[in-house]
Amino acid sequence: MKEITVDELIQPKVQFVTGNDAIVYGALLANCRFFAGYPITPATEILESMTQYLPLLKEGYCIQMEDEIGSIGAIIGASWNNVRTMTATSGPGFSLMQENLGYACMTETPCVIVDVQRTGPSTGQPTKPAQGDVMESRWGTHGDHNIIVLYPNSVQEALWTTIRAFNLADKYRTPVVLLSDAAIAHTRERLEIPLEKEVEIIKRIPVTIDKSKYHPFRTGYSVPSKVPEMDRFGNKYHTYLTGLTHDWKAYPETNSAEVHEKLVRRLYEKIDDNRHDIIKYEEKYLEDADIVIVCYGIASRTVYSAVETAREKGFKVGLFRPITLWPFPEDKIYDISLDIDKFLVIEMNLGQIYHSVLEYSKGNCQVESLFTLGGQLPREKEILKKIRKR
Amino acid sequence: MDLKEEEFIYPGTRACAGCGMALIYRIALKALGPKTILTVPASCLTVLHGMQGFCSTKLSVLHTPFATTGASASGIVASLDDKGLSDEICVVAFAGDGGTTDIGIQSLSGAAERGTNFIYACYDNEAYMNTGVQRSGSTPLGAFSTTTPMGKDGHKKNMPKILEAHGIPYVATACASYPLDLYEKFQKAREIKGPKYIHILAPCPPGWGYEPKDTIKIGRLAVETGFWPLYEIENGRMTLSRPSKKYSDEQKRKPIKEYLETQKRFKSLDNNTVQNYEQYINDLWSEVNQRLEREQE
Repeated sequence: MKEITVDELIQPKVQFVTGNDAIVYGALLANCRFFAGYPITPATEILESMTQYLPLLKEGYCIQMEDEIGSIGAIIGASWNNVRTMTATSGPGFSLMQENLGYACMTETPCVIVDVQRTGPSTGQPTKPAQGDVMESRWGTHGDHNIIVLYPNSVQEALWTTIRAFNLADKYRTPVVLLSDAAIAHTRERLEIPLEKEVEIIKRIPVTIDKSKYHPFRTGYSVPSKVPEMDRFGNKYHTYLTGLTHDWKAYPETNSAEVHEKLVRRLYEKIDDNRHDIIKYEEKYLEDADIVIVCYGIASRTVYSAVETAREKGFKVGLFRPITLWPFPEDKIYDISLDIDKFLVIEMNLGQIYHSVLEYSKGNCQVESLFTLGGQLPREKEILKKIRKR
Repeated sequence: MDLKEEEFIYPGTRACAGCGMALIYRIALKALGPKTILTVPASCLTVLHGMQGFCSTKLSVLHTPFATTGASASGIVASLDDKGLSDEICVVAFAGDGGTTDIGIQSLSGAAERGTNFIYACYDNEAYMNTGVQRSGSTPLGAFSTTTPMGKDGHKKNMPKILEAHGIPYVATACASYPLDLYEKFQKAREIKGPKYIHILAPCPPGWGYEPKDTIKIGRLAVETGFWPLYEIENGRMTLSRPSKKYSDEQKRKPIKEYLETQKRFKSLDNNTVQNYEQYINDLWSEVNQRLEREQE
């Protein structure tokens, strides 16, 4: 088969496509060349497209695995050959992946896991959008860990957020969870597709040190960072990876509290210290707002028009939409809380980000909520009702 | 032989027209009778069961997560054992080929190894049809699916053989086109203690690409070409089932092309692949014939 470039593959450059398509295009543009997946509604199209596109690209490879545990296992393994890797799933599959997600955190393996949310728990409603996996994406795997979770709200944003997910994964050597939902996944919107050269790629920190001094989890010797440099399997260094607590030489250490604390704190800090770089959000009308709506992902799409309507009616309403859900933009929430009367948190679950807003607004203002379930997007009428209620 | 008149699924399910699985399910439940508990993972069967107000099954069903069909059956059987009911009530796991050969194999293998007293029925439509035709471990060589756009590499996984290797008392294959054979096998399995495995070929009109009216014809062709031999293995001894008996003789088998040509999923097959199929079927049958000879001695 003749190999072609991504630019040749993704034609034309403006398309009317779904969120799942945008994630596939974003991944290909971000130089993702390995995908492993398992069919699950509403994420299946990502697997289907990847099986069609990846074999056409240089060093592209796609495997359909036997289950979701296999999918994430494969992308962690492949990532160690200096390949950008991704899998995509939905709630039930994401739950199965949790152990390996923690393993990727512990071994500091860059990879991107797409969770196209549907209603839950369990099988739920496979074709309906939901936002019930927000806490699972943060805390689903056991133990203290830190993770990056991104959640776009449109087809166009899905493309750029996917690219960003790969860059963050490589930069901080961490798994990145890209949340989407059944509505973004299957809604068609205009998508402007950049050329490959217009996409910034942030590479992993390569190992430069002399072989005799190399240790897989040694940090800060070529760049001042808590992120270790990363070699690839089969290259000149030997790398031993384990989910056990390990020291900077990668030796397992199951007795020492000191080694464990040092490791876990570093895993936390390598992300927390770079919050300014990782956290991204959209804000609107915050300058004079009395009420600020906090929303994200698909739920924010109906909020835009509600905010405009409320403004027309004279209510000073603002909007704050985190695109990076974790680490949570806690400083920003605190700052906003000082100047307003009320936060209104709108999400398609029974309150997940709500609790973080409550926590970080520190009692400076009221925090109200509007939750919807069963795939129902928040209705403008209900949002306005909440805004009117002083 | 007379089939029981009593039905355990209501008419008007949500299955597609011409669904092989719906036929299998109806006949199997007739053979199993009312004292049956079903455990079913995500599959076309959960679609057949229908939506609120239109549940099509008259028996108790546990719609279990995908990876744990065998395990959930183990749990049900153990709890029945506790109450001394496991001989009276039959626990049946009914799963598709994806749920059996891929995600469910671990829990099925565990249940088989532990000697769980249950029937595991795999209806094999040879791909993930419920999510829109993705390949599974049971997809045959060269078949198109949305994740094998150029046709699948390699033959389907021989699940009955894997289950047989667990040393379980009953393994059988069946096909939607032979309902009486299917009925007998379920009846027999119900009377045997220990793990029983029945693997049933279930032709699928939308997934395989043929007219719904041809389901029986296509299932028959699978048997008549020798691609899908019907047999039973009871305590390690194999017997060919009636519909498959005469196909021991290579001359009596129809050419595999006749089977492949009826389905759109094999549209892009080249001659090499067809030859590969011929070899595959010959190997399959020489193994079966040798075994039958050996066991007769």
